[in-house]
Amino acid sequence: MNTIRYILQKEFRQIFRNKTMLPMIFGVPLLQMLVLVFAATFDMKKIDMVVVDKDLSETSREMIAKFDAIPFYNLEFAVPDETIGEEMLLSDEADAILVIPPNMERNLIRDDKAQVQLLVNAIDGNSAQLIYSYSSRVIGNFNKNLIAEWRGIPEFSPPGEVKISESYWYNPELDYHWFMAPGILAVLVTVIGMFMSGMNLVREKEIGTIEQLNVTPVKKYQFIIGKLVPFWLIALFDLAFGLLIAWLVFDLPIVGNLLVLFAFASVFLLGALGLGLFISTVSDTQQQVMFISFFFMMIFIMMGGIFTPVESMPHWAQTIDRVNPMYYFMKIMRNVVLKGSGFIDLLEEFLSLLLLGVIFLSLAIWRYRKTT
Amino acid sequence: MKQLKSFIKKEFFHIFRDPRTMLILFGIPIAQLLIFGTVIKSEIKDVHIAVYDQSKDVTTQQITNKILSSGYFILDKNLENTNGIEDIFRKGKVKEVIVFESNFGEKLKKEGKANVQLIADASDPNTARLVISYTSGIINDYIKKMHPNLQLPMQIQPEVRMYFNEEMKSAYMFVPGVMALILMLISAMMTSISITREKELGTMEILLVSPLRPAQIIIGKVIPYLLLSVANAFVIVLIGNLVFGVPITGSFILLMLETILFIMMALCLGILISTAAKSQMTAMFISMIGLMLPTIILSGFIYPIENMPVVLQVISHIMPARYFVTIIRAIMLKGVGILFVWKETLILIGMTLFFIAVSVRKFKIRLE
Repeated sequence: MNTIRYILQKEFRQIFRNKTMLPMIFGVPLLQMLVLVFAATFDMKKIDMVVVDKDLSETSREMIAKFDAIPFYNLEFAVPDETIGEEMLLSDEADAILVIPPNMERNLIRDDKAQVQLLVNAIDGNSAQLIYSYSSRVIGNFNKNLIAEWRGIPEFSPPGEVKISESYWYNPELDYHWFMAPGILAVLVTVIGMFMSGMNLVREKEIGTIEQLNVTPVKKYQFIIGKLVPFWLIALFDLAFGLLIAWLVFDLPIVGNLLVLFAFASVFLLGALGLGLFISTVSDTQQQVMFISFFFMMIFIMMGGIFTPVESMPHWAQTIDRVNPMYYFMKIMRNVVLKGSGFIDLLEEFLSLLLLGVIFLSLAIWRYRKTT
Repeated sequence: MKQLKSFIKKEFFHIFRDPRTMLILFGIPIAQLLIFGTVIKSEIKDVHIAVYDQSKDVTTQQITNKILSSGYFILDKNLENTNGIEDIFRKGKVKEVIVFESNFGEKLKKEGKANVQLIADASDPNTARLVISYTSGIINDYIKKMHPNLQLPMQIQPEVRMYFNEEMKSAYMFVPGVMALILMLISAMMTSISITREKELGTMEILLVSPLRPAQIIIGKVIPYLLLSVANAFVIVLIGNLVFGVPITGSFILLMLETILFIMMALCLGILISTAAKSQMTAMFISMIGLMLPTIILSGFIYPIENMPVVLQVISHIMPARYFVTIIRAIMLKGVGILFVWKETLILIGMTLFFIAVSVRKFKIRLE
């Protein structure tokens, strides 16, 4: 026990002697939380729409006025035909074109049916979908009012209507920041823990000081513990720090029990750091550690479901995710923070993380050689 | 000239000797493309739902079956009371609960109105929105089919045309983005590290006292990465085209010229970083934090720049990748020529010249 205490003392001293350490511990999380969470949003702020009105009727003007009244839409009028609009799509000046064909009003009265065209720049499929659904909702509402006005029916409803009421639990405003903040935080503690611990070990190799440690009676597991514990604590600290920022800046509701969250995080970090240490035991230089860790991190993060739900991924990817610690942790972070899931709810994830942690750590201890 | 040739040869040997470098050079682009292409999907599939059917009549049964047979949803559980909803959401698997009111079918027939409640787990807002809109769509469709002869008065039909990407493939977004990312990674990061490495190991001194002139050293260092980057860009465009069906509507030559311009810019940036950084670690951190993250986040290849807060939008203007992504998209997808992208091209040229100028001023022939 005493040996471990001395090793830990040494490690902590070495870590905090480094002047860039403190900015790393505080600065990186702050920067990442602010930049990434703010940047990562699908919520549209405005739609630049070109209006081509060929009907020039009362109805078409009312419809345009309806769009114009929504601050969300930035309309560009006075475009005589589509070609100029298309030119604007090409140069990214417009996101969409609304074309009201000639005789729309007449068709509407005569045939009970009329069409308007919506031409959307769909390179970004996601935004295109949103533009389409927002715009058709505006047109739909306009249409409803029109019917009410002209036919005197307050709200036209077909016989046999199902009233669908929607409720969005845990995030009624559909605030995207609430979704991203726990996700980014999960990535953050992993990156900090895994990279720092891995590079720290291999640095001893590069400088040659590992030889000095190897000739001491320090046991393999004691050495690994010494390399593990400081970064484990730093990562846990950063998790707390990040949660605080998220709570202050994004009003992130922390519904769940923090003790549960930190219990899960501790187990997860054992695995993540164990993996970092394992990578460093098979590498010779810091550069190699960086590259290999970077490669795996990228795959872990992308497949862990930070941006898109794991359920939508192909089956092979979901199978791989069973050994992806990031997948479990991402799920845990969001479930505990936003929904208040308890220990029992996520027992399966907890056991999986525990198993992965034991495997990665054993690998690291096994692969660490005191002789070269 | 002969000296330069053998120097370049040496550099190639250095690169090909290390399998880890090769992993970065060719493993990452391919892994990235595949992950983005097959794993990152924002459409919904196999979403687990629960049903709380208080009516249990033919109509609700039919609606439920219709929802489940759509291919988007899988029934996880039939709930018996409202208390179960919270529990089931906390486990995290079920994303939506459908609640039918009692006597649903009867009410629909007699009163012409019945209620159904869709409750989504909005801790993932995007999925929640999609799940609810898919479910409502299916329910509305069912009702419409029940009344096939219903003719609504005065309908304005919005008819949509998706420009440049009719099938709304996500590959159209990520292929240009991955290209910018990889070229940045290889050109800027690898050059800067390879130059600082010579400094750190002391071999730079040997190179400097050799008959090679400093400019030749730099050129020798840069040419292998230039060639590798072009090869990589080629591979990415090819995979994008063959595997994910991203077309090259515009001029291929213009595309390659712009790509080479971007690579040149990134190489100069790499040289600049190496003149500033003393160790590989520093070079790596500057490249990782200063280049990688902004390239991923602020170039607009996953998240549109217009949606970001103004501060970030302003910062994104100094990200070279932003202009490159715009250019690539314009050429590949919109099929436009230089007339539409001359502004972005000029900015990239300006950046390249700026980096060269600063590097030349900072480059030291002597080591301290």
